[in-house]
Amino acid sequence: MQALTNRVKQVDRRKMNFLEKLYLVAIFKGMLITFSHIFKKKPTINYPEKTRPFSPVFRGLHILNRDEEGRENCTACGLCAVACPAEAITMEAAERQTGEENLYREEKYAAKYEINMLRCIFCGLCEEACPKDAIYLSETFAPADYQRKQFIYKKEELLIPHPLEAPDAYKKALGNRVKRENIN
Amino acid sequence: MLLAIDFALIIEKLVLIIIVVMASLVIAMYATYGERKIAAVLQDRRGPNRAGPFGILQPLADGLKLFFKEDIIPDFSSKFLFILGPSLAMLTAIMTSAIVPWGDKVHLFGRDISLQIADINVGILYVFAVVSMGVYGIMIGSWASNNKFSLMGGLRAASQIISYELAMGITIIALLMVTGTLSLKEMVLQQQAGYWNIVYQPLGFLLFLICAFAECNRAPFDLSEAESELIGGYHTEYSSMKLGFYLFSEYINMFISSVIMATLFFGGYDIPFVNEADYNQNLMAGLGVLALMAKVVCFIFLFMWVRWTIPRFRYDQLMNLGWRILIPISLFNMLVTGAIILLKQNNWHF
Repeated sequence: MQALTNRVKQVDRRKMNFLEKLYLVAIFKGMLITFSHIFKKKPTINYPEKTRPFSPVFRGLHILNRDEEGRENCTACGLCAVACPAEAITMEAAERQTGEENLYREEKYAAKYEINMLRCIFCGLCEEACPKDAIYLSETFAPADYQRKQFIYKKEELLIPHPLEAPDAYKKALGNRVKRENIN
Repeated sequence: MLLAIDFALIIEKLVLIIIVVMASLVIAMYATYGERKIAAVLQDRRGPNRAGPFGILQPLADGLKLFFKEDIIPDFSSKFLFILGPSLAMLTAIMTSAIVPWGDKVHLFGRDISLQIADINVGILYVFAVVSMGVYGIMIGSWASNNKFSLMGGLRAASQIISYELAMGITIIALLMVTGTLSLKEMVLQQQAGYWNIVYQPLGFLLFLICAFAECNRAPFDLSEAESELIGGYHTEYSSMKLGFYLFSEYINMFISSVIMATLFFGGYDIPFVNEADYNQNLMAGLGVLALMAKVVCFIFLFMWVRWTIPRFRYDQLMNLGWRILIPISLFNMLVTGAIILLKQNNWHF
């Protein structure tokens, strides 16, 4: 029969002689093989301490963005909620009062903004839909909690740290992720 | 006074017993860690590395876990025997260490203290007696569980140990013909003066090693446990620290049989190429203990290395190997040894 690959090994069906019946040679060979594995590189990564590098288009948990002065970008237009195929986003709009100009960039803002992370499929359509660059997906992932209701992320969990008050945390939250439209 | 009791001797022996038991427990504990670590590196994994640096607290965590587990005694079990089983396994595992010469004499407080709990003149026979008692722990536990998988494991353990003890005994006879003594201490002294017994009995050592694997119920002879066929074998019904005792006694057995092998064939506490009498007595005794431990560590590594290389024997293969290969070879070994000794006595020269 013709072999499909060059890795074919013919099965040896002759009777074992006395030395082979003792298995000792075979056992010794096997032990050398296992011993050689001691010096092999281990593929495991010590996960919580070390992580694998992500692809630049990785889509993790959402972040609500602020501008350089720390004002929220979101205007509660609802385009992200419309774009969301999993219907995971809900929001309530409110009007900016005088004196709140340092909090919100435009006259309208999201008073309530919730994403149900159990419904979300991390497709990134909200990010594409947003005209104000207010929502994007971060490199954070694998949230864990004891209760389902904890997975409905409120504004407190979603909002990026203040760029002026906590610049390090802000940088970290931004991550190395590249937005999809910038790649093309 | 006729009944003068040497209290210092009693204290000395008590201290020695406590140290030896504690040391065997700790070594067995860390053997479990070593087992997991070695299994890991042989399989390109990392092994336990979460509890403490390099995971060295893992055995403590495992022990604690076992203690806190619910201790289940099945309703249909025979309660007394169910508890007796693991206790016996543990007891016999530790008892063997009594006659092992751990090192040479130490000079402390104006006394020569022998680092051996009891130098009895039937030494090696005592080891055999106690080791074959060990199977009762498994048999009683498996019988008392009232579970067919347990019983099967127990039956397998019993027949396996009987088969392999024969070959082991015959191997030992050949060794005894060479050494002319049963006392382990005496054997070590002989090996210190001359060559190690492995030189005289290479085949005997190989046979003894294989039988020791079988006696310890270690892979490839772990048919009594055989988790893929018998669930857990004899300890299917056991939980909590009773299970811990069974698992632990396996590691103590492994440790003790490594010690016995090192003593019988590799010079015990003898440091190779060093004449112990030339140096400070206490220092050499200490180094001797370390030398013995180094040999033991090598053997324990061998045990684990083999376990993670060779698949388990099938039951008929096990019996075939024991009765049709090992026993004839050990008989042959005994005959050849006897013949050579006889020829030597008649002034033959090789």
